[in-house]
Amino acid sequence: MKVKFRIRRFNPEVDKKPYWGEYTLDNVEPTDRVLELLHRVKWEQDGTLTLRRSCAHGVCGSDAVRINGVNKLACKVLVKSLNLKDGGQIQVEPILGLPVVKDLVVDFEPFFDHYRSVMPYFVPATPLPGDGRERRQSPEDRARFDDTTKCILCACCTTSCPSFWASGQYVGPAAIVNAHRFIFDTRDGATQERLNILSEESGVWRCRTIFNCTPACPREIEVTRAIGEVKLAIQRGGR
Amino acid sequence: MDVQTHQFDVVVVGAGGAGMMAALYASRGAKTAVISKLYPTRSHTGTAQGGIGAALANLDEDHWEWHAFDTVKGGDYLTDQNAAETLAREAIDAVIELELMGLPFDRNPDGTISQRRFGGHTNNQTKKPVRRACHAADRTGHMILQTLYQNCIKEKVTFFDEYHAIDIITNDGKVCGIVAVCIDTGEIHVFHAKAVCFATGGWGRIWETTSNAHSLTGDGPALVWRAGLPLQDMEFFQFHPTGLYPVGLLITEAVRGEGGVLINDKGERFMERYAPTIKDLASRDVVARSIYLEVQAGRGIGGKRYVHLDVRPETVNRYLAEAGEDRRVDADYILSKLPDITDFCHTYLGIDPTKSPIPIQPTAHYGMGGIPTNLHAEVLNSGTGTVVPGLYAAGEVACVSVHGANRLGTNSLTDLIVFGRKAGKAMADYARQADFVPLPANPAGKIVAEIEGLRKSSGKTKPYVLRQEMQKVMMDHVSVFREAPGLQKALDTVRELKSRYQNDLVIEDRGMRFNTDLLEAWELGCMLDLAEITTVSAMERKESRGGHSREDYPKRDDVNYLVHTMAYPEKGQIRIAHDRPVDLSLGYQPAERVY
Repeated sequence: MKVKFRIRRFNPEVDKKPYWGEYTLDNVEPTDRVLELLHRVKWEQDGTLTLRRSCAHGVCGSDAVRINGVNKLACKVLVKSLNLKDGGQIQVEPILGLPVVKDLVVDFEPFFDHYRSVMPYFVPATPLPGDGRERRQSPEDRARFDDTTKCILCACCTTSCPSFWASGQYVGPAAIVNAHRFIFDTRDGATQERLNILSEESGVWRCRTIFNCTPACPREIEVTRAIGEVKLAIQRGGR
Repeated sequence: MDVQTHQFDVVVVGAGGAGMMAALYASRGAKTAVISKLYPTRSHTGTAQGGIGAALANLDEDHWEWHAFDTVKGGDYLTDQNAAETLAREAIDAVIELELMGLPFDRNPDGTISQRRFGGHTNNQTKKPVRRACHAADRTGHMILQTLYQNCIKEKVTFFDEYHAIDIITNDGKVCGIVAVCIDTGEIHVFHAKAVCFATGGWGRIWETTSNAHSLTGDGPALVWRAGLPLQDMEFFQFHPTGLYPVGLLITEAVRGEGGVLINDKGERFMERYAPTIKDLASRDVVARSIYLEVQAGRGIGGKRYVHLDVRPETVNRYLAEAGEDRRVDADYILSKLPDITDFCHTYLGIDPTKSPIPIQPTAHYGMGGIPTNLHAEVLNSGTGTVVPGLYAAGEVACVSVHGANRLGTNSLTDLIVFGRKAGKAMADYARQADFVPLPANPAGKIVAEIEGLRKSSGKTKPYVLRQEMQKVMMDHVSVFREAPGLQKALDTVRELKSRYQNDLVIEDRGMRFNTDLLEAWELGCMLDLAEITTVSAMERKESRGGHSREDYPKRDDVNYLVHTMAYPEKGQIRIAHDRPVDLSLGYQPAERVY
């Protein structure tokens, strides 16, 4: 089938403002991934088109973009899922709320700054086991934070959040998801510090439970639920 | 062009598992920077699925000696036995260290780390499968990558994210740093260092069907080669038996570890014929060849080039019952142990693996060869083992050689942690006693001229055309099976592509900022070098061993080829010498490989 691409373009060295670039691809298969088609545009038609990508199967988190208005990983969207007619259009833009560097590439530094601000690392609650072996944890305790261990830091959730669009000061859903992963880990001893960070003005209370983040997550993490659990933990004063 | 200069005791190139492990250890004793062309969490370690091998013996009797032997046998006896010993002994402590860093492994009811079966992991006495693969669902690599990045943040390791290394700087034969492009600005940065470690991963993108990320273009080995240093065992590249058909992405061996079986068009569990004892859990090279042979014999599904991987509970339970095992599985169990696989099948094929079999084909997966190193991750300049002062390599890019002719499943992650740690320690020690080698005058001059020449390329051939031709010819002639005429054809083609790359390339993006047109073309240059070296190395190994199967030399030849291949750059040519002996210090004598 034939597909039209409408891609938001901006080259800071040339363009005063962004514009829409239009491209037509023939011989598109319903099972093609949007990433493959973006590659075809770049490789066959216009080498200046710029995007990030790496693993191409939804694990590395490089290629988050807005496809027909919805945040997706380009490598996880098949053409057939877009329900296009022959000659139909796919619109691709950079994710919103982070400064555009070039075309579909945004500046991830503010996103990672928020991530780093929530102590996204293990702080052991207990001394090293005397037997030189692993700290033990029951399967039930391990299951408690399983969902939030899946995060790949692609920013689909944070850049779909109207509260984040309204204020880049808000740490955003992804940072909270990563805090949740440690807050609910029974081996960890820094729960209170993280809850203190997240109860500040830039923390969880900026979440208005709009729910954009949950469907945006390519890893199917229940992001809004995780944020809610952190809010409850703050009110309870602990996990 | 302005060049910015930085000075660090240690510079690590690559921020996957090996790079970050090296950085964590080096930064405890030396001023350390990690530079990577990707954000660290985008590194390919994150896609490793099934597990990390270590003889923890949490569920079954196991010993490091069994792990070492399985590694040697898996490597078809080309594995250096001292390296296998180091890997297997230190794996136990390495996995414990990851857990203590916070890695959320799956748990047994007693709270210990959960382990499962994997290809080639055996009880050396009974020859039966043993549970050795420590795992976190089917995203073990993701958990390792996240945990290491988290710990790097905790220990304030310095990162230069999205900096692309393009040259090694040497002065009088000693390493004194690297040159990198800041991808965002296009500016050139010189990193003056006492010690440099390459941890850039693999180069699977030289093949058409691969599990590897687009970024796995072999920059590290290409830079080392261009610096005049040899590469080892490049003919050995693992084709993982179960890549999703047709896209090639990896379907973990853990599917078979949990009880999945391979089925041909006739409904036969064909691995019973090729590996009567452990069947579907034979080593990867054995299973990949078996699938190829089934397809060649017309027993691919519907006559096509794939077979089925069946992990439907009724199938798994039928074979468990047949084997006299008590264990039974249901769809929820499969989903809990293989959530990402389930998601891949759903996303890319629209199928549920608990209800339909998964179509699979072998896919280019892992380089056993690479930059030759010793047990301390120090890079060697020849088969006789002379160290290049200040240069280190760890992880997939390195060839210790712990994987020999075929890597055992789960040993890649073990390798990253064990040898990444060794590189970090060795570099911290080196930096303490060594002085900075002075930078030569204009250290980036030559590479800047090269890059600027590339940026202005104004021929007629777009880079993707050359890349696709290379990937196709490598897939056709330098994949699971090889023979002389095909290898010659591949070599002729790759050389012709190199000539077109030099003389007729066109780059459309002439800008400085985030110029991926330019950098992808530069990566293509690395891949063409490695494709040529791989092919020449394969031509000169006239036997079949592990991942290198010659149809014209179908037998292993221990008399002539129980030795590593070293490819040396010499006057613009590739010189092959089989001059690095295989270490046999554990006393495992080469034997016929039966599974």
